[in-house]
Amino acid sequence: MPAKVGADKKQAHPVVGGAAAQRRLSQSHRGSTGDFRDDDQELGNMPATYMGEHNLFGRQDDQLKLTDTELNEEHTRILTARNPEAAENIVRFSHKERMFKLIPHVDQLAVHFQLDSNLVHKDSEDGKRQLVHDTEDQRIQETEVTTTAVDQDGEVKTKEGEEDDEEKAKKTTASTGKAKKLTNQFNFSERASQTYNNPSRDRETFVEQTPRATISDNVSQWSICDAYNEDFEQQQKAKEKEQKKVSVKKEDERKKKFVVADQHTVDDMTKFTRSKAASISLKILERMINQNTFDDIAQDFKYWEDAADEYREQEGSLLPLWLFQYSMVKKLACTNLTWNTHYNDLFAVAFGSYDFLKQSRGMFVIYSLKNPSFPENIFQTESGVMSLDFHPHYANLLCCGFYDGSVAVYNIADENKQPKYHSTSRNGKHTDPVWQVCWQKDDLDNNLNFYSVSSDGRVVCWTIVKNDLMYTDVVQLKLEKPASQSEEGIPLASLGCGTCFDFNKQQDYLFIVGTEEGKIHKCSKSYNNQFLDTFDAHHMAVYAVRWNKFHSKIFASCSADWTVKIWDINFKDPLFVYDLGSPVGDVVWAPYSSTVFAACTADGKVYVFDLNVNKYEPVCEQIVVQKKRTKLTHITLNQRYPILLAGDDRGNVISLKLSPNLRKKPKVKKGQEVAEGPEAEIAKLEKILSLIRDPDDIKSKSLGQQGTTTSITTN
Amino acid sequence: MASQNEVDDMIKRIQAAKGVQGLIIIDSEGIPIRTSMDNETTLHYAALISQLTVHAKRVVRELDPSQELEQLRLRSYKHEIIVAPESKYIMIVVQVPEAL
Repeated sequence: MPAKVGADKKQAHPVVGGAAAQRRLSQSHRGSTGDFRDDDQELGNMPATYMGEHNLFGRQDDQLKLTDTELNEEHTRILTARNPEAAENIVRFSHKERMFKLIPHVDQLAVHFQLDSNLVHKDSEDGKRQLVHDTEDQRIQETEVTTTAVDQDGEVKTKEGEEDDEEKAKKTTASTGKAKKLTNQFNFSERASQTYNNPSRDRETFVEQTPRATISDNVSQWSICDAYNEDFEQQQKAKEKEQKKVSVKKEDERKKKFVVADQHTVDDMTKFTRSKAASISLKILERMINQNTFDDIAQDFKYWEDAADEYREQEGSLLPLWLFQYSMVKKLACTNLTWNTHYNDLFAVAFGSYDFLKQSRGMFVIYSLKNPSFPENIFQTESGVMSLDFHPHYANLLCCGFYDGSVAVYNIADENKQPKYHSTSRNGKHTDPVWQVCWQKDDLDNNLNFYSVSSDGRVVCWTIVKNDLMYTDVVQLKLEKPASQSEEGIPLASLGCGTCFDFNKQQDYLFIVGTEEGKIHKCSKSYNNQFLDTFDAHHMAVYAVRWNKFHSKIFASCSADWTVKIWDINFKDPLFVYDLGSPVGDVVWAPYSSTVFAACTADGKVYVFDLNVNKYEPVCEQIVVQKKRTKLTHITLNQRYPILLAGDDRGNVISLKLSPNLRKKPKVKKGQEVAEGPEAEIAKLEKILSLIRDPDDIKSKSLGQQGTTTSITTN
Repeated sequence: MASQNEVDDMIKRIQAAKGVQGLIIIDSEGIPIRTSMDNETTLHYAALISQLTVHAKRVVRELDPSQELEQLRLRSYKHEIIVAPESKYIMIVVQVPEAL
């Protein structure tokens, strides 16, 4: 009944407003359980009389006591959908405006419960997919399970078709599920994402190209062979060094240290200059350059033939070729010229002074035709060299006679420019200038020997015996004493001055000596004291005597009395006499013809005679010196080439080429063979001589003339 | 063996000879050790001539293995190059021949 009481209470003011009464319920029954029902209210409307008293209708004691006005107050209550848990004002920091901003709209959603289900709506994509998948499986199953399918088809017609379908589907799935793998219920989709690829860029730099050099080589058989040879040689050297090292003393070690220190300071250039090979190459180079420089001369030397000679039968000419000059000998006179026996282009020139008062150092110089600008070798001597001679067999041996009377033997291949042998005053040195020297054949002991003639009147034979020079007086040129002096005093044998001599080619022991008095003596090596014969040849000093190279009886002589004379050894009178107008320095026979000879004079002219062509006049007469007043002192002809060398007193040597006319061989009649060789030359000369001698035969004083002529022809 | 002075004299004489424009001496590696021409020309000549010499040597040796190259001359319109190779050195002379 308390409830009713409550309700009655409420109904205390029903007339006023049923609604108002209803509003007050919460206030009035706070402590009660609130069993308030509308039904009760309608039923339990008590008359208002019961409302007057507060405690009438079961109010509790601790219930709030309010006055009526308070009870009648109306309180508005609004039901909203706002989430009481949600915040009312949320402030967030806005980065854009950089300040805190009130968020106007706060989310009012309150999630009470959430459960993720595994049910898929059948109309959604996933559901449809699933269905399709399941029906496919069904068809597979239908073939196996036919009876159940029939039943299921029958059941489909009933109202519960759909349910059965689902059941069926479920059954089939259940039955097939065991056989097949369950597909992922969640939607499996391949997720691929492309990361952003940075665009590739090329970076290039260029560097300066390194310089390239191609190194290439070719290998061939000979290069391999060379390498092996070198290696072998080095091995040999190493072996030798080892052997040498064994016997090394301390001194040598010290020396070695010096050498080593020296080598460190050597650089490339000095190494080069010290190498022997360098000098050889340089020589070749120099020659090549000279060949270029003197190209036209070289061509002339080889090929020039004076065409004009065809038109002048009796004349020839001399073509000047190279001029050999050397600065250091400009003041000296050329005293002798001689060709090397072995090398046809090499010749030696001796320099000295003919002037008695101006005596100074001398030298001799070796030139080659291949290098006209500079001598190959230079040898300086203390006194003027008056004569030279190359050994016929040993082309490097040169003997020379000096103005001071000594003789020496040089080895020109030697780097040391000293003579190998030198005669001293103890050693039989001449007391006057040695005017001529000449090598002879080796003597019986195979020793080299040579002869010298000098103004002191002696002809001396020098022999090289075991590193020593031994001398033997061969002949002393005794003067014939005039008879008047013989009475008083002891007859002194005075000696004449020998100026030249020459040995017979065929009869080695025979030689002729020319003297300053103008006499020519015929001597023999075996007879010391006596001459075999004497010719009163000239009025002045005889400068040269030369045997004919082919004819053993004929010789020529030239003298300061301006004449050249041709003699036969058996006759006192000369066969030919030529007056050349100035002192004749030298006369020389041609090596290729027995009738040709050349002479040079002090007025700078060269005369060439050919007895075959013209017996009385020279075939060629030509001035060859460049400056006037140069005297030609010596002349010589080359064995092989048609070259003539003339030396003058200014230190120059001029080379000249003989024109064809000067080299003539005798004309041959048609049908006859060309006669060559020494015998022909002799015969040629004989013809000429016989022409001359026929008038002589009448006048001849010598006995046995016929015999001599026959002897001449048969020799 | 010629003394250093003689070789120097010869070199000077060659340089002073008629028509000679220059002289170069190069060693086996092609480096010039003595020259009378300016640097650029020298290097140029040295490089080219050393190659040519190698080929020329080869030609001579292949034709007859007992022979060796002694001299090489190269004549052009304006001048003539004379090369004398040695075992360790090559000497080059450039000359204007008088005949031209």
